[in-house]
Amino acid sequence: MAQQVSAKEPTAEQIAEQKIYQQFGVSDSEYELICSFLGRQPNYTEIGVFSVMWSEHCAYKNSKPLLRRFPTSGPRVLMGPGEGAGIVDIGDNQAVVFKIESHNHPSAVEPYQGAATGVGGIIRDIFSMGARPVALLNSLRFGKLESDRVKYLFEHVVSGIAGYGNCIGIPTVAGEVMFDNSYDGNPLVNAMCVGLIDHDKIQRGVAKGVGNPVFYVGPPTGRDGIHGATFASVELSEESEAKKTAVQVGDPFMEKLVMESCLELIDSGIVLGIQDMGAAGLTCSSAEMASKAGNGLELYLDQVPQREEGMTPYEMMLSESQERMLFVVEPKDEAQAMEIFERWGVICAKVGKVTDDGRLKLFHHGDLVGDMPVQALVDECPVYEKPSSVPAYYVENENVDTERYEEVKDLGGALKTVLASPTVASKAWVYNQYDHMVRTSTAVRPGSDAAVITIHGTRKGLAMTTDCNGRYVYLDPEVGGKIAVSEAARNIVCTGAEPLAITDNLNFGSPEKPDIFWQMERAVDGMAEACRELDTPVIGGNVSLYNENASGAIYPTPVVGMVGLLHDTDHITTQGFKQEGDAIFLLGHTKAELGGSEFQYAVHGVTEGRPPQLDLDTEKKLLAGVLGAIQSGLVQSAHDLSEGGLAVALAESCISGSLGAHVTLSSELRHDLALFSESQSRILLSAAKEQADRLQAYLTEQGVPVTRIGSVGGESLVVEINDAPALNESVEGLRQVWEDAIPCLMK
Amino acid sequence: MKFAVLVFPGSNCDIDCYKAVEEVGEPVDYVWHTATDLSAYDCILVPGGFSYGDYLRCGAISRFAPVMNEVAKAAEQGKYILGICNGFQILTEAGLLPGALLRNTSMKFRCHDTVLNVVNNQTPFTHDFAENEEIIIPIAHGEGNYYCDEATLKQLQQNNQIIFTYKDNPNGSLADIAGISNEQGNVVGMMPHPERAVSELLGSADGKRMFTSILKAWRDTHGTASVR
Repeated sequence: MAQQVSAKEPTAEQIAEQKIYQQFGVSDSEYELICSFLGRQPNYTEIGVFSVMWSEHCAYKNSKPLLRRFPTSGPRVLMGPGEGAGIVDIGDNQAVVFKIESHNHPSAVEPYQGAATGVGGIIRDIFSMGARPVALLNSLRFGKLESDRVKYLFEHVVSGIAGYGNCIGIPTVAGEVMFDNSYDGNPLVNAMCVGLIDHDKIQRGVAKGVGNPVFYVGPPTGRDGIHGATFASVELSEESEAKKTAVQVGDPFMEKLVMESCLELIDSGIVLGIQDMGAAGLTCSSAEMASKAGNGLELYLDQVPQREEGMTPYEMMLSESQERMLFVVEPKDEAQAMEIFERWGVICAKVGKVTDDGRLKLFHHGDLVGDMPVQALVDECPVYEKPSSVPAYYVENENVDTERYEEVKDLGGALKTVLASPTVASKAWVYNQYDHMVRTSTAVRPGSDAAVITIHGTRKGLAMTTDCNGRYVYLDPEVGGKIAVSEAARNIVCTGAEPLAITDNLNFGSPEKPDIFWQMERAVDGMAEACRELDTPVIGGNVSLYNENASGAIYPTPVVGMVGLLHDTDHITTQGFKQEGDAIFLLGHTKAELGGSEFQYAVHGVTEGRPPQLDLDTEKKLLAGVLGAIQSGLVQSAHDLSEGGLAVALAESCISGSLGAHVTLSSELRHDLALFSESQSRILLSAAKEQADRLQAYLTEQGVPVTRIGSVGGESLVVEINDAPALNESVEGLRQVWEDAIPCLMK
Repeated sequence: MKFAVLVFPGSNCDIDCYKAVEEVGEPVDYVWHTATDLSAYDCILVPGGFSYGDYLRCGAISRFAPVMNEVAKAAEQGKYILGICNGFQILTEAGLLPGALLRNTSMKFRCHDTVLNVVNNQTPFTHDFAENEEIIIPIAHGEGNYYCDEATLKQLQQNNQIIFTYKDNPNGSLADIAGISNEQGNVVGMMPHPERAVSELLGSADGKRMFTSILKAWRDTHGTASVR
């Protein structure tokens, strides 16, 4: 065993004496454990390999116990968490593959490449399963859109997402962008990809068959992204700028070629196992593929295509150069595989061999430079049950009276303030930079409750959305977690689709802090309960911890990515009002619930109290009722009530449909509460006049509270509450405020 | 009538073009960028995307692909050639169409529906539109800002080579130009994507009429359509 490869690298003894492993985030006790697995002290390459495999990003060492609380199976689930992405059956031998992943820390340091490579990474997760990627989504959080820094991050994250997705030719169809001081300095960039696959094409990342060759596909390995996984697993600090080399550089053109050639390879039926090189690059993909097959793997590092001269084993193993894959075929199929990559002009090199000794062995210049038990790398990372305690802010918020602010009388002014708040305002500035139509399957474009893409050759479609209101989760993680899942389901149902399953991206602060770990526990419990009640299991996801800035942790933001099945494209429903004279219905009950609302933030400048409450039984009935009504052809438009409550939902339905509405409410609440409360389990529907009675009767029968509140028509949004005028705003005026807000701030 | 859809490394609207031709019921093949024979095809579609990653300049590398010699021959033979988006950029780089496509004046990629004015409906590509008809076709590009010198513009105008103009210019194009033809009228390039507008479900079916126009024009000169 070579103990030292490069003169520049510390020896095993120096690593132990100077505790160099601590720089890689390995604790003293973890180091001891590694020594006992090896039966000696690790050399520089080995400690590097262990440190990335045992990082939170790869090993989920702080979150594993929580993730076990999620329901992960169901009659339709073909593959749950553990592989590149989860898979759900959609009938006719087809399945949908999807996953969400974060690229928060890279995006905070280098927003364009950070976001771009986040998109690239999640696409590889999908096609490595054998699926054709058909849609992208993203969920973004930034600080208040005021400072130059926030604007810079916003502009370049969006442009990075556009740069990658547009070039590779996968439409970016949905997502969300929210702005709050809490994310200042630590933006969230979560990218989701959805793919389609036939059941018999499903691949796994396994290194099967002792003696089989292991191939490397993609551009040469460089020194970029070294220790990216470790970087993702610590708090950002002033030193983070200096770690820009931990951020990878993306090449979407190369990924397009790698994707097409790999899908062709998979289609040929010769692949035994395939996995992308994501976090921790060659290290993670090789160790995981060997582990899943119960085998070992030898890597001949001299054969690894290299972009730079003199790369050490350490650098090659830890590089996160992008657009690379690893696959295994039988020796007899080698030539066929090579031919495919040659035609696509993609580098493919034999770099290793499957062995039966359960060890990951690395050879360089003829020397054995690393020799580690695969199981120790993949499965033996210690799992920590962190202490948790109820934060003081949570206790204090219980007694906050959210009605303590004086009643806002200028309701039209308040509506415009909320519509102009970047979180609520039109995101056309964002999604018009994304090609959301390529592949000609986008039936409902961005800007609606959920996007819908059609499945070519069938009458079916897929609806998809991402959701999470971090303010709710902060104020009450359990309720906020339930709301995130429920709101996603409501968005899916409003388009006419049936919710199938979710992928989640758990963005939290440092789990070392008991307050934060408490948020994690409670949020996961809330989400898990909602997933069970709504029959939407968790089929995969990602955990991003240590999201902190100078003033503390970000709001806990467990983003939910949900996909639904649209049984017939005739069921497609959108939020805009459709026709003069249509009847408008409000489903659900409006209570005095302003805690965590957009109104509270935009008008009063605070986020406090308890968030809106949510009853899963009520939610379930609402979802079933609305889906049934849509499928029966009773509904013209449907829109979920979320940020900004009824007033914003009405305004958006008017703006999207370019039609006014006349609404009369009777309410015991203060008028500003009646309009801006964010009570949950509410949906706004419209129906043709002649269907209105049938719709009302149907929903009542289904146990859904329903009130007919007015009708579509005119050029203004007119609302009266208890016969007193509350709102009278021209739709064009509202549109201008809503559409101009973000472009004006970005000028 | 037989269609070819060219595939360069990085083409990504090739599938959409293929599906659009299927929609009008004609035979269509994908043709690889290394192909050296296009004699079997009556209409050649140069699709959108990011051929060769748009590195150097959009279309600048693609024009050297072996298949482009064949495209030039086909153009000379009077076959129909339609370049869409990146395909338009490639055709200008190859010198089969005049002018160039610069970055959008907004300096941003833009993707949304646009309203086009059909300026010239007397071409094989536009017979099924009415003159000055307004049609809805989406755009999706970062470099769609059409530019040419004054003399060329004058020529384009005099020869009725301007086929489509934008109602609301989204990218700064000279004279609102969205699509042009060569002097003979058998080569057309346009930034908007007609292949994305072939079904009401996806927002517009106006683009389909470009494909039906091509088919009719071919039938008028060849008598009958080939059987698949």
